[in-house]
Amino acid sequence: MTQALIDSQAPIDSRAPGSAQAALSAAETLAGGTLFRFATAGSVDDGKSTLVGRLLHDSKAVLADQLDAVTRTSTERGFGGAAGGIDFALLTDGLRAEREQGITIDVAYRYFATNRRSFILADCPGHVQYTRNMVTGATTADAVIMLIDARKGVLEQTRRHLSVVRLLRVPHIIVAVNKIDLLGYDEAAYTGIADAVRTVTGELGLGAVHVIPVSALAGDNVVDRSPRTPWYTGPSLLELLETLPVVDEVESALESFRLPVQLVLRPQGAVAVPAADAPAFRDYRAYAGQVTSGTVRVGDAVTVLPGGAGTVVTGIDFAGTELTEAFAPQSIALRLRDDLDIARGAVIGAAGTLPNPTKELTAALFWLDPRPLTPGDRVLVKFGANTVQAIVTAVTGRLNLDTLEQETATSLDINDIGHVTVRLAAALPVETFASSRRSGAFLVIHPQDGATLAAGIVTAAGIVTASGVPA
Amino acid sequence: MRTPPVNATDTASPIRATGTHRLSQLDVLESEAIHIIREVVAEFERPVLLFSGGKDSVVVLHLAAKAFWPGRVPFPLLHVDTGHNFPEVIAFRDETVERLGLRLEVARVQDYIDDGRLHERADGTRNPLQTLPLLDAIAAGRHDAVFGGARRDEDKARAKERILSLRDEFGQWDPRNQRPELWNLYNGRHTVGQHVRAFPISNWTELNVWRYIEREQIALPPLYYAHDREVYRRDGMWRSVGPVSMPRATETIENRTVRYRTVGDMSCTGAVESDAASVDAVVREVALSTITERGATRADDRISEAAMEDRKKDGYF
Ligand SMILES: Nc1nc2c(ncn2[C@@H]2O[C@H](COP(=O)(O)OP(=O)(O)OP(=O)(O)O)[C@@H](O)[C@H]2O)c(=O)[nH]1
Ligand SMILES: [Mg+2]
Repeated sequence: MTQALIDSQAPIDSRAPGSAQAALSAAETLAGGTLFRFATAGSVDDGKSTLVGRLLHDSKAVLADQLDAVTRTSTERGFGGAAGGIDFALLTDGLRAEREQGITIDVAYRYFATNRRSFILADCPGHVQYTRNMVTGATTADAVIMLIDARKGVLEQTRRHLSVVRLLRVPHIIVAVNKIDLLGYDEAAYTGIADAVRTVTGELGLGAVHVIPVSALAGDNVVDRSPRTPWYTGPSLLELLETLPVVDEVESALESFRLPVQLVLRPQGAVAVPAADAPAFRDYRAYAGQVTSGTVRVGDAVTVLPGGAGTVVTGIDFAGTELTEAFAPQSIALRLRDDLDIARGAVIGAAGTLPNPTKELTAALFWLDPRPLTPGDRVLVKFGANTVQAIVTAVTGRLNLDTLEQETATSLDINDIGHVTVRLAAALPVETFASSRRSGAFLVIHPQDGATLAAGIVTAAGIVTASGVPA
Repeated sequence: MRTPPVNATDTASPIRATGTHRLSQLDVLESEAIHIIREVVAEFERPVLLFSGGKDSVVVLHLAAKAFWPGRVPFPLLHVDTGHNFPEVIAFRDETVERLGLRLEVARVQDYIDDGRLHERADGTRNPLQTLPLLDAIAAGRHDAVFGGARRDEDKARAKERILSLRDEFGQWDPRNQRPELWNLYNGRHTVGQHVRAFPISNWTELNVWRYIEREQIALPPLYYAHDREVYRRDGMWRSVGPVSMPRATETIENRTVRYRTVGDMSCTGAVESDAASVDAVVREVALSTITERGATRADDRISEAAMEDRKKDGYF
């Protein structure tokens, strides 16, 4: 399948509309295959929405009525002759204000499938004013496509988004050097930009990045490799998206078992099972949550925090089905051997693996609110199923987006990426983001109006003891 | 045409505990939805589920039942009845509520028209009239969280909405100023008068929903499957003949084999010609469809380019 994609510049048969076999096999993928989440990033007007529109269109994911509507609107708004007169950005720029201004304001989520994979794509805004929405799209992404306008190269916003992506530890970064049509598909011009990109990603300590020359408008190297860039020998954007490994699944399987308890299931007679079975559930008690990492099996020894008590898993329930094991990201209910005092906010982990609860931590924050952060500010932080009061005790630095180095700072303003120390009102089993992307992230919330002020990642916390029991 | 294989283990056990640790896409979406439902129940005092008897709300209710098993679904249901609903859908709604032993609140658009709080629109559609009774019912029930079955793949405005979507005291959605939604950490904080709309199946497509209905053997109102019906053609759609949807003199009544892809008001929901009489036939049909669910069936979305966005800003679901 991939081979056919690479060799042929003609429309690919299996994706042709009306090809029942292709649609059905894509449908199989939609139901059963891997789910891959990716987001776009980059400066305003770099062509992110046009690119995802082109990707959707060329992979036959745009249905006839949507295409009609977009074609009509493109004509009404006087979009030029290129790309058959269709402004592909309109496929995701769905808000009235977005269409009027020709920019993306908030993330649009779109869903499509090829024969190999199902995708959830988040088309993010590039405008600095809407960085919070870009962060929203990037936090759940398996891959980020960072766009660069070939005429402009790396801009401040490119560096900001790359810094966000690095701190979020997004597994894959694809840099799409866009509008290559405007440079006459010139190899030398492209190579210059690709080198500049690699310098910046190197400075940021980002690992391998994939760089692709594309034209979102003309469709070069988006789904098919383009004959207009014969000097480019790598994969097309879609080929890359179809084959990048799903890191999350592998990573979380390697980590220790964690279950933040969302709520306790204790029906006490108010059961939804047949009356004959009801007596068996009179004393039913289980701890419901979504496994954040690792695997748990019936019979496993676990530790519960707070308290640090040890017990054994006696059952794993999923809506009436008893499982022998469960793993991330399953939502389950766990039964335990001992009657412990466990409520929402407790964390159940593989015995001896939970960190020592701590009230002190250092963190990196993406500050997303127009009100600045100053030391001494009281906030709420949300970790998993725990929301606790906290004080930001110090602002210790801020990323300078020109030099990509830390500079001293005494406050954080909107869109700053800064470092802080935080004191919590209650000790929590905090884990670093470096050790787990699933357990080391938190929200900073305004205590009065409830606004989400920042995305936080833990850079250092308490020391892990061998027993998992608080010292 | 090939029948998609039905995985027998899928129906028996919803979780495929294979050694590879790979969950199917439906498993991932199901667990995501259950996580969201549990978060909302844990963090809010008085959630309610908008339940119309349509397939999406039926799926959300099924997920809620799974989330709290072996306990009962710990919140009531709310239906805004336009008075133009299909009778077989209302019957299905009532049966379901009864079977699960749940409480259903019904807010009736007809009551509002009768006492003059709302006026019938010139085009006869009552879809936009649902907003006021909905907001009144939310206020009267002091509901701080309202579950809905909306999906992002339905419409370009819905594609922009958060899973937890904050509404002000007028129920308004402000698409230019949505709260960031980071990782799977949902922030349910709100101030007095505000409430939150929660959409657990935001990331599901129409096909995911049908696949899930197939796998879980979920019952639906019969009009989702092919049946014979008296219809007439209007705006490129087949309209059912009924008290609120009579053909004009120029439109002729025909008998056709049709099914509904969405179920809303009789006055603005169209049927599609189909011989998909079983769930696997519907799955196949949806997979092959070249037209979107709402595009095929909803007259109300054709009013303007931003019809859905405008309704949502005013407090619609
Ligand atoms: N010539 C040319 N123009 C392009 C290309 N891609 C996008 N454009 C144009 O660049 C402009 C901006 O495109 P958008 O897709 O809206 O950019 P964006 O990155 O999504 O912008 P924001 O979301 O607001 O940050 C539009 O006028 C596009 O038509 C390309 O490959 N070649
Ligand atoms: Mg855009």
